[in-house]
Amino acid sequence: MTALQVIEILVRIAWLAGAVAFVLGLVRMNSPATARNGNLLSAGGMAVAIVATAILIAARQQLDPVNFGIRASSWAIIVAGIVIGGGLGLYAARTVKMTAMPQLVSLFNAVGGGAAALIAIDDYLGIVRGAEVRLDTHVFIVLDIIIGSITFTGSLVASSKLQGLIPGKPILIPGGRLVTAGLAAITLVAALVLFVTGTPSLPLMLVILAAALIFGVTMTLPIGGADMPVVISLLNSFTGTAVAMAGFVIDNPVLIIAGALVGASGAILTKLMADAMNRSVINIMVGGFGGGDEAAGAAGAAAGGSVRSISADDVAIQLAYAQHVIVVPGYGLAVAQAQHAVRELADLLEERGVDVKYAIHPVAGRMPGHMNVLLAEANVPYPQLKEMDDINPEFDRADVALVIGANDVTNPAARRPGSPVSGMPILDVDHAKSIVVIKRSMGRGYAGIDNELYTNEKTGMLFADAKEGLAALTAAVKAL
Amino acid sequence: MTPDQIDALITALTVFTLAILVGFAVISKVPATLHTPLMSGANSIHGIVLVGAMLIAAEAHGGISQALSLIAVAFATMNVVGGYVVTDRMLQMFKKRPVAPKPAADDAETRL
Repeated sequence: MTALQVIEILVRIAWLAGAVAFVLGLVRMNSPATARNGNLLSAGGMAVAIVATAILIAARQQLDPVNFGIRASSWAIIVAGIVIGGGLGLYAARTVKMTAMPQLVSLFNAVGGGAAALIAIDDYLGIVRGAEVRLDTHVFIVLDIIIGSITFTGSLVASSKLQGLIPGKPILIPGGRLVTAGLAAITLVAALVLFVTGTPSLPLMLVILAAALIFGVTMTLPIGGADMPVVISLLNSFTGTAVAMAGFVIDNPVLIIAGALVGASGAILTKLMADAMNRSVINIMVGGFGGGDEAAGAAGAAAGGSVRSISADDVAIQLAYAQHVIVVPGYGLAVAQAQHAVRELADLLEERGVDVKYAIHPVAGRMPGHMNVLLAEANVPYPQLKEMDDINPEFDRADVALVIGANDVTNPAARRPGSPVSGMPILDVDHAKSIVVIKRSMGRGYAGIDNELYTNEKTGMLFADAKEGLAALTAAVKAL
Repeated sequence: MTPDQIDALITALTVFTLAILVGFAVISKVPATLHTPLMSGANSIHGIVLVGAMLIAAEAHGGISQALSLIAVAFATMNVVGGYVVTDRMLQMFKKRPVAPKPAADDAETRL
């Protein structure tokens, strides 16, 4: 064996060690107590894999200059890329607010998918100059380009929507679905031509690239803000798959393993989120849900009940003399930046001996588990954060359920057929002895229907911005 | 395709399939509380594409190839560095708090 062969073997073992660290890191994500440690383990595996790659490149440059032809300019590219990308990534990660987490994750997802697509494009340029492509190589390159490009533009659009650069509500272009379908057809035909002929064609590949890039945009634009947890999970799964495809293209097992892991994780989360809204992934991706107009007919059933308004002082008395209080936070709480205000109120109540828990619906927030992060940031201890299935039986013995900025996920209409939210798993807020809803107005939720919870005789509505309402409650409890 | 190439393809597909199954098995156990850090952490893992980007950058000849690989390396590094740092930031917020009214419980909590 030559020295270079030995190094190649050692580097492959280092890559394998990296892959093992990724898996073990994910295993440790099972509990909040070990999760941070798991993330560090995963990062360690990543560092090992990257350093090993640098060693491999250096060894190839020194030991086999004829075959590899690695020049000093290659190092300049690698170092420049790492400095630029690392700097931007570090800055974004350090400064991002927790409410903006979904758009940042989306952005990182976009660049990951983009990098995977670039690898395939670069590889294809090399092939076009030569001749004759094997079918399997062609398939993986085409898949990498398609999936990577869709993820790149799709995630950028999702990120812009979440950031508010593009309106979050569904954007429906007349004939938009036709365009999306047309793009899919073009991509498919171009890919089939490449596979059947087996001859590399740069123009066809550029057609596929362009169609996939536009497809990513037209696919994501019609999807509304509250469906974002599903979209982000799906795009995350796509990126994983694109990276695995890149691994097939350049014949690198660690990319295949890591990509497959992420693809699987994204797929599971996508399914969980779609189930939590009782809608199929297809239905969500076709988009346009909650445009507003279809609500008129469905609302009829709930209309007619009267709403009882309640003052902050009355709510404060209810809360202060309760034994069990369940807080139901929704995205409205995050928008109002009220997560610290809610924790202050909860602290105050706990000092008075009230038992406070938080009921978290799986799709509360703009990405899976988002609400948990927001409350954790406000120093709410995680044992108080309860998942839907765990907390639902407890509403029966809760004295007060305090709903802040959550709407559709509390609507009892979901238990009956015939409503847009029918069949959606909900928090059993109406089982509590008394219900308080902090809300700015009687506006409708994402599904565009009236919430029957608000007209329940046990419900008092405290009309206020989440943050101001909570501050008023805290002051009122203190004054008792 | 030569027999060697077929072998390599089958091996790669095997690794791919088994890794997906491992992913399903591991990730199904993650509680909803940690779904955001999980997704962010998984996001960092696909930053491994940096390895591929470095390898193509090493052999990049010609302006187009060099430009593509520079962007690929920058994108992938942003993914890796940003992903891990932000995941760590999130996870360090998940902590238990000693129960205030019962000082005796403090020790029990910290020992956990």
